[in-house]
Amino acid sequence: MKNKLRLLLLLCGLMAVTQTLIAAEVIHEEKSLYRDINVVQTGNRRCLIFNVHRGDRNQTCLDVSNRDELIFSYTKMSFAGLLLTPQPKKILIAGLGGGTLPLAFNDLFPDAQIDVVEVDQAVVNVAKEFFFFEEDANMSVAVNDARVFVKRAGILGEKYDYIILDAFGGDYIPEHLLTQEFLEEVKQIMTKDAVLVANTFSTSRFYDHESVTYQRVFGEFFNFKLPASGNRMIITQLDPLPPRGNLITRAQSLAPSLEKYGVPLLEYPARLSTRVDWDMSRRVLTDQYAPANLLQNN
Amino acid sequence: MTVEMLGARIMAPYFGGSISVWGSLITVFMLALSVGYLIGGRLSTRNPNPKTFALFFIGAAISSIPIIIFADAIMRPIFLIIEDPRYGSLFASIFLYFIPTSILGMISPYSVRLMVDSHEHSGHMAGLLFFVSTIGSAGGTLATSFYFVLWFDVNQILGGAVAVLLLAGCVILLINYLLQKRAAHAQVSRYEKQT
Repeated sequence: MKNKLRLLLLLCGLMAVTQTLIAAEVIHEEKSLYRDINVVQTGNRRCLIFNVHRGDRNQTCLDVSNRDELIFSYTKMSFAGLLLTPQPKKILIAGLGGGTLPLAFNDLFPDAQIDVVEVDQAVVNVAKEFFFFEEDANMSVAVNDARVFVKRAGILGEKYDYIILDAFGGDYIPEHLLTQEFLEEVKQIMTKDAVLVANTFSTSRFYDHESVTYQRVFGEFFNFKLPASGNRMIITQLDPLPPRGNLITRAQSLAPSLEKYGVPLLEYPARLSTRVDWDMSRRVLTDQYAPANLLQNN
Repeated sequence: MTVEMLGARIMAPYFGGSISVWGSLITVFMLALSVGYLIGGRLSTRNPNPKTFALFFIGAAISSIPIIIFADAIMRPIFLIIEDPRYGSLFASIFLYFIPTSILGMISPYSVRLMVDSHEHSGHMAGLLFFVSTIGSAGGTLATSFYFVLWFDVNQILGGAVAVLLLAGCVILLINYLLQKRAAHAQVSRYEKQT
């Protein structure tokens, strides 16, 4: 009996060693104007890493042998907006990363028009070269600042019915993409039945400011967190939020089509909360006051 | 430097936070300063006096006020006309910052002229002035980017900078007035002694 246990332990140890032996191989390294970009492959898993020396997290990971499946929970969480707008026709995604998210949306809704805004040309190049991202007739990338893109779209009267805010800079979301004025501009380009999905972090003191700001502009919103993830999705629309029953029905009808991407949509409705879990007395972030990256460290 | 640090923040809503916006801003500040140095140096050859010197401060303060009041009115048409945010931010920087920055640039050469009384001391004085002004720039940059943006609105900080410039101008005028008065007194008493 003891011997068996020892053998088991030895096996476990060996497995741990071989796991580390499948070394992470850097297949691409690049300094762009905004960041250091690394593409690292471990076995079948290929990841895009920004600013590796500061210990930043992976931006996007991809299983090269199963490209459909999404790996990060925050990427999957971006699909929760479908519970509010199940058939998007015009999608805006701010922040490209490895491009797995737009690719999945393009695959799921081949007729929808998808606009991606990415400030860094180098990220676009890396997504195309290493993460199988491709533009086509219905999906294009604009190399531009998201604020500029949204403002101009508002002036041109363009409307989107599914907007994902996923633009991250050096430390966090750039300050001018966090303010009340920016969210008002985003509101301008939303169709009546549009949903907004904003990827944020669920930790740090900054959480309160951010929540108060979204609340000021959109009123009540769904706060979507998963226990295993450090991300918090803010999901909201122009109309009052639907009751949970509607979300569950939608989840049931949509879940099968999302299975191949690994999105557990059926688990999501129970996680969408409207409970206020932030300090309401915090100051709203505006173009006049948005020291987001300073608040982050406090 | 306080204005320069805030300059990017002011332009971000229209032209984004990309590196080209910083490029525009720094370019315009450098150009404005160089023009200011040239004009300030030229002016210092003609009857240099503390009154003109004080007017630089007051002029810079007054020409900074549009940044607070008309920033949106200035940037909106530029945003509409110029699609490329690089040139948009360049033109916006020119309209917003060129005049106050060039007036501020006039201060350094003019103060060299005011403080230097002999050839031997000119290098020493110029060095001292560059030291003070550059230390001031460093302080303004640090204080603004580390603390002011955490405590105040952008416009409050700009308002503070305007107030400081106005105050500096007034203090110079006051000191000048007091010195002149004392000099006049001294002259009068000297005249009285002689007679």
